[in-house]
Amino acid sequence: MMSWETVIGLEIHAQLATRSKIFSSAATAYGAAPNAQANLVDLGYPGVLPVLNREAVRMAVKFGLAIGAQISPRSIFARKNYFYPDLPKGYQISQYEKPVVEKGQMQILLEDGTVKVIGITRAHLEEDAGKSLHEDFHGASGIDLNRAGTPLLEIVSEPDMRSAKEAVAYLKKIHTLVRYLEICDGNMQEGSFRCDANVSVRPVGQEKFGTRCEIKNLNSFRYIEKAINYEVARQIEEIEAGRKIKQETRLFDPDKGETRSLRSKEEANDYRYFPDPDLLPVVIQNDFIESVRATLPELPDQKAARYIEKFGLSAYDAGVLTASREMGDYYEGVLAALKSKNLEGHEKLAANWTMGELSAALNKDGIEVTESKIDAARLAGLLARIADETISGKIAKEVFESMWAEGQEADAIIEAKGLKQITDTGAIEKTIEEVMAANPKQLADYRSGKDKLFGFFVGQVMKVTGGKANPAQVNDLLKKKLAG
Amino acid sequence: MTELHHLTLAELNEGLRARRFSSVELARHFLARIERMNPTLNALITVTAEQAMAAAQRADELLASGEAGALAGVPLIHKDIFCTDGVLTTCGSRMLSNFVAPYDATVVEKLSQSGVVMLGKANMDEFAMGSSNETSYYGPVKNPWDLKKVPGGSSGGSAAAVAARLAPVATATDTGGSIRQPAALTGLTGLKPTYGRVSRYGMIAFASSLDQAGTLTYTAKDAALVLRDMAGFDPRDSTSVDTPVPDYVASLDEPLKGLKIGLLKEFFEGGLEESTGKLIREALQVYERLGAQLVEVSLPNLPLSVPTYYVVAPAECSSNLSRFDGVRFGYRCEDPKDLLDLYKRSRGEGFGAEVKRRIMTGTYVLSAGYYDAYYLRAQKVRRLITDDFARAFEQVDVLMGPTSPTPAFDIGAKVDDPITMYLNDIYTIGANLAGLPALSIPCGTVGGLPVGLQIIGPHFAEAKLLNVAHGYQKETPWHQAIPKGYE
Repeated sequence: MMSWETVIGLEIHAQLATRSKIFSSAATAYGAAPNAQANLVDLGYPGVLPVLNREAVRMAVKFGLAIGAQISPRSIFARKNYFYPDLPKGYQISQYEKPVVEKGQMQILLEDGTVKVIGITRAHLEEDAGKSLHEDFHGASGIDLNRAGTPLLEIVSEPDMRSAKEAVAYLKKIHTLVRYLEICDGNMQEGSFRCDANVSVRPVGQEKFGTRCEIKNLNSFRYIEKAINYEVARQIEEIEAGRKIKQETRLFDPDKGETRSLRSKEEANDYRYFPDPDLLPVVIQNDFIESVRATLPELPDQKAARYIEKFGLSAYDAGVLTASREMGDYYEGVLAALKSKNLEGHEKLAANWTMGELSAALNKDGIEVTESKIDAARLAGLLARIADETISGKIAKEVFESMWAEGQEADAIIEAKGLKQITDTGAIEKTIEEVMAANPKQLADYRSGKDKLFGFFVGQVMKVTGGKANPAQVNDLLKKKLAG
Repeated sequence: MTELHHLTLAELNEGLRARRFSSVELARHFLARIERMNPTLNALITVTAEQAMAAAQRADELLASGEAGALAGVPLIHKDIFCTDGVLTTCGSRMLSNFVAPYDATVVEKLSQSGVVMLGKANMDEFAMGSSNETSYYGPVKNPWDLKKVPGGSSGGSAAAVAARLAPVATATDTGGSIRQPAALTGLTGLKPTYGRVSRYGMIAFASSLDQAGTLTYTAKDAALVLRDMAGFDPRDSTSVDTPVPDYVASLDEPLKGLKIGLLKEFFEGGLEESTGKLIREALQVYERLGAQLVEVSLPNLPLSVPTYYVVAPAECSSNLSRFDGVRFGYRCEDPKDLLDLYKRSRGEGFGAEVKRRIMTGTYVLSAGYYDAYYLRAQKVRRLITDDFARAFEQVDVLMGPTSPTPAFDIGAKVDDPITMYLNDIYTIGANLAGLPALSIPCGTVGGLPVGLQIIGPHFAEAKLLNVAHGYQKETPWHQAIPKGYE
């Protein structure tokens, strides 16, 4: 049987977080009443003209610099002509031959721990279309042009990805980046971040690409993985059944978990692109580029490298903690608070708790790290008690839960519930003696060679102390006492 | 007694300020002429009598209070291509036969601020596509010099109205000659400014890289007065240029001694009618008498301007006119079956034959596989033509030649022959392709029909053009001629 290789390229549409639209002064906020945020320019009225929003250009340049791309000194807006009711002018203003950003790249971490570079062909500015609403109009369609003219940055990758997982990893990296740069809110449900996937398969070892299909409008990481996997399986099945893949646009149906044909290449529009005569070329000078560069934050990859190098974290952990700017800020907030308590060298502990208990609690409540019920300083307060061995890790989880539920400091909870660890050797020895006295049979068995019963005695001691005995001390003392 | 409509705009403006007559009197006078003469000429699509009287009254109050704008109280007609808030704005098309604009074009806004009184909206070729005003959904406009003749186009309504003295000034637009050719055919001064000098905001687009608003007046001085208040940078139009507007009136009387005039060799070849050519040469002699120097110059790529134009302009128009789809405004067909039917019939019924011809041409030249051969090549030739002009202006101050190869032709004579019609713009298109300012002034008549002399200048040389035109008008009577029946 033939083995197949998957080839994937992504076109990501990131809605830029400008206050007003790309060519008009109308607001871009989400969720307004239909057509309340569409002015005469957005409605394509006779005689109106577009005026470029400089902020959108600044954001595109910021993105270009973050992916190490070339910023075009002169880029051109073109018209993409087609008729559709939610496209008021009958053309979309986009960049075609000369995009503002070219030739960048993005690294992704593969499951086997290796790093792969995904090429980014280009990123260009364009305006979004409106929305056609097909419900509630008794057979007619409604049009909401609030979204028409919203600035988009279309980020086009090279066909460098070889599996749905790689595609998702790349998409997540871009998603992280645009939020780091504060150029896109990344909200996939509201459509601020969405993508189309170009998918093809070819026999392993073949250089030439197979015929590709474009899957449209994928707006969740889960759907993207599902859609690509479905599409890959479909294409392989088609080819193995002796049929040819038709170049076409397909739509993913999340309810059925499958893609279906939307239109074939023959049915595709001839968009008749040409430079928009209403807009001058976008001239970007070096001092502008440098002024934008000065606003770049520490980028996710730079931050992750710092965590690995300075804190000794694994690449995986560093990746998780830098997945959003806010998560990194939280983690570093915990470290700063520990440092203020003169506790250093606990970077791994802090990483484990941030990624473990904290993230689980956030997920459970469906809230963002910025809304966390335990702030970084309080988590540091808890970790300090682990570090100074006031409580064990196990007890700390209990304390964490109380902190989350009650909103109190760790110390207050430890005090109130008497959870402080027992480190008094005499007290632990006394408990051990009691346990030994209460379990003569097990003691005899242990002493006759059943080493496995050691764990039983540890459990009993912890049970009697309510888990508060210092586990290391319990181990040491038990060994001595049991030996007799 | 001198009739009010015999006065130039400059004289009317002066009279208003001297309180020799009121703005209300002027409005009433010109509205009465419109009422009497427009049914024959068909120069106006909409007459805004009521608004005009109200605006005139306001102008009189401002004049009395001494806070009036530079043109307060002067009556004016806007070409129906400019959006006028609350007033029907048809662009000469069935497509917009129900379109009441919700805003004012920048030109309208600026002139209103200056105090002009709009009397109505002028007829025009549909979407400014035509050279005879015969493509208008509202019917052809008649030339007041001879009612059997066309007034030129596309600003035919504006030209006929001013020539018939229905108003001292009309706004107009010029994409390939649409101000200058009608000016020539009706004996007026028609000024097309530099591309980017006047805002295009609110001017319904035909070909965005060529369209430019300007004026039709009796004299160059009048044009200077109006342009001063029309021109200027507009943040709403990215292609408008942020360069100061000079006082065009102040430089009108500068002497023309030593002026270097380039005679466009290519303009005196080919289709130029002999009698028209003769009048142009006589006009040049006037300039020689004024101390100007004539130099023959050649623009080798200029003969390519008509084919170049008829690729670029339709390409842009095919895209610009996509917004007229029956969905949000304008004409919508009855009972559309589905979306495609709505598009096809709204556009099929809303647009006239010439507009459809250009949309089809434009769609063709932009389509995959033809783009390079037509659109891209046309853009290259456009560059060459622009370079030709730039080289010529290294040698001379202005270029001169005829505006149109012939005087006004008969209504109906060329409607079935689009190529001959297109060739009517052979002398005017070059200035549009190069974005240059150009004007046409009357320089005599042939068989009772006016002939126009065209003057083209370098970018932003409007002041020079007006100065050169004014110098001629001080020496000649042609701009004072009024067609018979309209005295």
